[in-house]
Amino acid sequence: MYQYDQYDQAMVDARVEEFRDQARRRLEGKLTEAQFTPLRLKNGLYLQLHAYMLRVAIPYGTLDSRQMHALADIADKYDRGYGHFTTRQNIQYNWIKLEEAADILADLAKVEMHAIQTSGNCIRNISSDHFAGAAADELVDPRPYAEILRQWSSFHPEFNYLPRKFKIAVIASDTDRAAMRLHDIGIQIVQNDAGELGAAFYVGGGMGRTPMIAPCINPFVPLDQLVTYSEACLRVYNRYGRRDNKFKARIKILVHELGAEEYTRQVEEEFAHLLEQGVEPPFAELERIRTFFEDPLFEAGASSDIDRSDPDFALWVDRNTVAHKADGYVSAVISLKPVGGIPGDATAEQMHLMADLAKDYSFDELRVMHTQNIVLPHVRAADLHALWTALDVAGLGAPNLDTVEDIIACPGLDYCSLANARSIPVAQRISERFAKTGKTETLGQLKLKISGCINACGHHHAGHIGILGVDRKGVENYQLLLGGSEAEDVSLAKITGPGFDEHGIVDAVETVTTVYEREREDGERFLDTYRRIGMNPFKEALYG
Amino acid sequence: MAELLRYRDDETVDHPAVTVDAFLDQSNANAVRIEPGDDARDLLPHLERVALVEVNFPAFGDGRGYSSARILREAGYDGELRAVGDVLVDQLAYMRRCGFDAFEPDQQLDKDDVQAAFDRWPDVYQSAADDRTPIWTKRHA
Amino acid sequence: MRLLTGNDLKTGAVTWWTGSDWSIHVEDAADVTGSEDETARREEAARRVNAPYAIDAEMQDGVPRPTHIKERIRTLGPTVRPDLTLKPAEPDLGNWVI
Ligand code: HEM
Ligand code: SF4
Repeated sequence: MYQYDQYDQAMVDARVEEFRDQARRRLEGKLTEAQFTPLRLKNGLYLQLHAYMLRVAIPYGTLDSRQMHALADIADKYDRGYGHFTTRQNIQYNWIKLEEAADILADLAKVEMHAIQTSGNCIRNISSDHFAGAAADELVDPRPYAEILRQWSSFHPEFNYLPRKFKIAVIASDTDRAAMRLHDIGIQIVQNDAGELGAAFYVGGGMGRTPMIAPCINPFVPLDQLVTYSEACLRVYNRYGRRDNKFKARIKILVHELGAEEYTRQVEEEFAHLLEQGVEPPFAELERIRTFFEDPLFEAGASSDIDRSDPDFALWVDRNTVAHKADGYVSAVISLKPVGGIPGDATAEQMHLMADLAKDYSFDELRVMHTQNIVLPHVRAADLHALWTALDVAGLGAPNLDTVEDIIACPGLDYCSLANARSIPVAQRISERFAKTGKTETLGQLKLKISGCINACGHHHAGHIGILGVDRKGVENYQLLLGGSEAEDVSLAKITGPGFDEHGIVDAVETVTTVYEREREDGERFLDTYRRIGMNPFKEALYG
Repeated sequence: MAELLRYRDDETVDHPAVTVDAFLDQSNANAVRIEPGDDARDLLPHLERVALVEVNFPAFGDGRGYSSARILREAGYDGELRAVGDVLVDQLAYMRRCGFDAFEPDQQLDKDDVQAAFDRWPDVYQSAADDRTPIWTKRHA
Repeated sequence: MRLLTGNDLKTGAVTWWTGSDWSIHVEDAADVTGSEDETARREEAARRVNAPYAIDAEMQDGVPRPTHIKERIRTLGPTVRPDLTLKPAEPDLGNWVI
């Protein structure tokens, strides 16, 4: 795992002091709220429905047990004993006081963490594959590239007042576990015919009110030009991205309006210019960073045998563990989706437990998934039973990864001031319904994603089944969408038709799964069936 | 209008800055003002006659001026580069890194806050238009 | 009726204008019809409140009830965590909110 040196530490410490000073000036009235807002947002501090909310960055979703313990301590000391893990691999606290925010940042800095650029119109925390460094199918570990981009984008003087927020994801396998093409820039580390590594750049994806899939603008940028190329992409955006309309300000609109070809041409021109400016880090830096991501000492010849005599355990193994590159190891997913629970929420006690288990069973490492679950990336098969037993006791043993119970839900109207409708209760009712009918397992992979408004924090466009909360004359209403995917077979979901009320939407989800059960052919997932038969059979069942 | 903060030793230009269009028409002007929508690259063929470039920030959240500044410095412009308009203390350090060496904020800034802003960062992560050595270069020096 | 609400600058807590001060209980809120803009401006300038705005409400059983569901959720707390609301001991308040 990456570790700070004195430079990284000094920068984060300086940031804490800067924010302490800004908060002081706000409290003394030297800054108006309008002036303070962009400053606090650049430290992840929002004013939300019930209080201030703090979003803490978890760079590329990786953290160690010490950091997870610190997150738990913050939940206890400054919040109300819990936190919410988000689709961008971060954590949010909902009950923060402005007076204490700088102290929280100071506590974070002690464990090499921060809230830098987790909001605002700047380059946000860089996300990555949650199985990085463990996945059997990856080319290389993508995180060193995410880390170099973290350094490049931190306090970037030119790109702190972009037209709009900017999100980057980096992956390094053909399986996309990070919604790469739904980011402002998606980068896939690839290999060319000569065996050299490079970066394929996909630019202009996103969700929100105008969802778009990023086109590939350059299939191979050499690794020693990664930063320069990124700088060119951003400069063109900073200069020409729309600023006249907040809803058209994301880079996807620029790329769309110019056309991918013209945008690419402008980037290449800027890139040629920037190559002469010497903005690229020394290659030795990338090599230094890579040393932090070397494999832990996997036990050679570890056994892959698992005693499956306990059926509950066997189910969890089948559902929640994933193939690992080292023999005798798996990546184990801790579901934060208990039936009827709040997707992505974890209590301080649960965080402490997950941290301890990471220390005992996973080389001290944890990952946050964009699906709001936690991964222990490197677990010996032989330790799985002990791990599962400990999780199960703490309510963390739900065997439902990628099932209809594994719902992504944004905070919605229960917490978010931009919301039109509540998301969490809908998720709760749906998981309860399927747990009751016992269909979760037979429906197989079914990704259900809920957002409480058009901003799409809950990725509803990318759900096999998506749900979007809307406001119908002051009453919560829910639109149903089908056919989205955030994975390598990326697609945007389509609305079925008129929306449903809070109860109707749960029935509607059940109805579409019934159509799937009736129509599915061998081995088809819900999404495959939808793609084969189209929207009409679902519409008929829903609206008659 | 607040006091001019200037970090250069040469004389200030005392003519008012003209718009980019006027500048391109008027061969004798040596002070020009760039608005957010202007293309700083239009000035590049004429840099030898420019002594002052003002970059206007009508609203602090519009960051196009940061790119304008860097583009001018990258092209070798070494005259005065002045940020004017809605220039707030928390933007100063970033502006300085993009090549600004003078600031004419609409509202008077607190002297101590200005000094604190410039002294804030012990180091920088990336290269820009100033001569600070990025951390990643220091690490491998 | 109209209520003036905002968040406490220091703590972020949801607050209501009582006619002379700020309270976290909507029961204390005063009708601000006619004076909302002036009060908001003055109180924000004095930093006794952050980002105040006025909303519609109706009197119901002697307590002002905001017209919009968002404001009712703000009033008490998240519907999915009754334990964290202002009135954790009164589970029936869900009906007041929704
Ligand atoms: C509760 C406070 C939150 C606020 C105020 C907020 C605000 C927003 C807004 C305004 C957008 C749309 C931006 C645009 O389209 O230009 C957005 C998008 C997004 N947010 Fe949030 N959000 C919040 C919480 C979250 C949470 C909890 C998550 C993760 C679960 C999240 C993840 C995202 C993602 C993934 C997007 C879509 C990215 C895209 O537009 O391409 N946000 N958010
Ligand atoms: S999707 Fe809308 S309701 Fe949900 S968190 Fe984002 S902004 Fe809030």
